[in-house]
Amino acid sequence: MSEELVVKVWRGREDGAFVAYRVPRRENQTVLDVVTWIQRHLDPSLAYRYACRVGMCGSCAMTVNGVARWTCRTHVSRVAKGEALEIAPLANLPIVRDLATDMRDFFDRWARARGQFTGAATRHDDFARVDPASPARVAADAGIECIGCGVCHASCDVVAWRPAFVGPAALNRAWTLVNDERDTAGRERLRAVAGDAGCHACHTQGACTERCPKGIAPTAGIAGLKRLVARAAVRGEL
Amino acid sequence: MSGPVTEAKLWYWQRVSAMALALFVLVHLATMAWAVRGGLSAAEILGRTRGSWVAGAFYGVFVMAAAVHASIGLATIAQEWLGLRAGPARALAAAFALALAVLGLRAVYALVAA
Ligand code: SF4
Ligand code: SF4
Ligand code: FES
Repeated sequence: MSEELVVKVWRGREDGAFVAYRVPRRENQTVLDVVTWIQRHLDPSLAYRYACRVGMCGSCAMTVNGVARWTCRTHVSRVAKGEALEIAPLANLPIVRDLATDMRDFFDRWARARGQFTGAATRHDDFARVDPASPARVAADAGIECIGCGVCHASCDVVAWRPAFVGPAALNRAWTLVNDERDTAGRERLRAVAGDAGCHACHTQGACTERCPKGIAPTAGIAGLKRLVARAAVRGEL
Repeated sequence: MSGPVTEAKLWYWQRVSAMALALFVLVHLATMAWAVRGGLSAAEILGRTRGSWVAGAFYGVFVMAAAVHASIGLATIAQEWLGLRAGPARALAAAFALALAVLGLRAVYALVAA
């Protein structure tokens, strides 16, 4: 392990550029540690985002050496090329400044994919009893731990090509809800995710699944949505 | 013609044609491997396929599946890479499907017509 890292960091907005910094190399250093060190010691004006530092909040994702990653759980030793790091904001999202992206459009897409839960019960009703071993609940559980980091969204070519595509995270959310037996907006949701702005735009190549830090497979959920939509279309329920 | 129902149907047709193609390619390759053993010449092949309804039907459906499958995929690529809207992309793809079908069926006709 050498003494120093050479870190290129994106500064500015879309028309910005990389600026190189020298950062002391430490053991067990994460990429987020590196960014924080630069901000604390070299340039306090560096904009970036994080909150939990333990992989729960989903706010720290950036492009590290060309690949979207959660930076608080990414060790430098795993991703540095030699002693070089290149850190840029997430792709496929507008840049606010430096490493901070504007996530509004990302979450608006969740809303467009009907990502809100709609239930029939009120607070006066008893708890719903859901069998954890039922196939629908197993399918929902597989996608439920999404932290909304945007890594999948930044890694998806179709998001880059089709501005209207809601993207893997929004579709994963929709998939967990269509498998939630308490939810009552299933039909409306299938309508929202059908078509070329939704599940049918996906090429099933799995970049999202490959990159998701939580080990979620949006690709599988999207394939499931395609099957449900096809079934609904055949029955004339779409 | 657009909207979720159309897109769901296109997806369905592309999937069904893909399954058909997978089967057809396997049968085609197996037949080739088997047929080629006695040496291969145009006259020999034509001798076997001329007048064969089985060969005609098999390759006729094969051609149609390829035309359907390829054109649905091309319509998607035209939208994503050339930035065309769904309407023009599908019109182009339909023209391509027609060309594939005509050329393919013509070849099948040459193969089986006595
Ligand atoms: S599998 Fe689908 S959603 Fe995931 S990255 Fe590929 S095209 Fe995007
Ligand atoms: S599916 Fe995975 S990569 Fe996508 S937003 Fe959720 S946690 Fe992040
Ligand atoms: S800072 Fe919360 S996930 Fe990285």
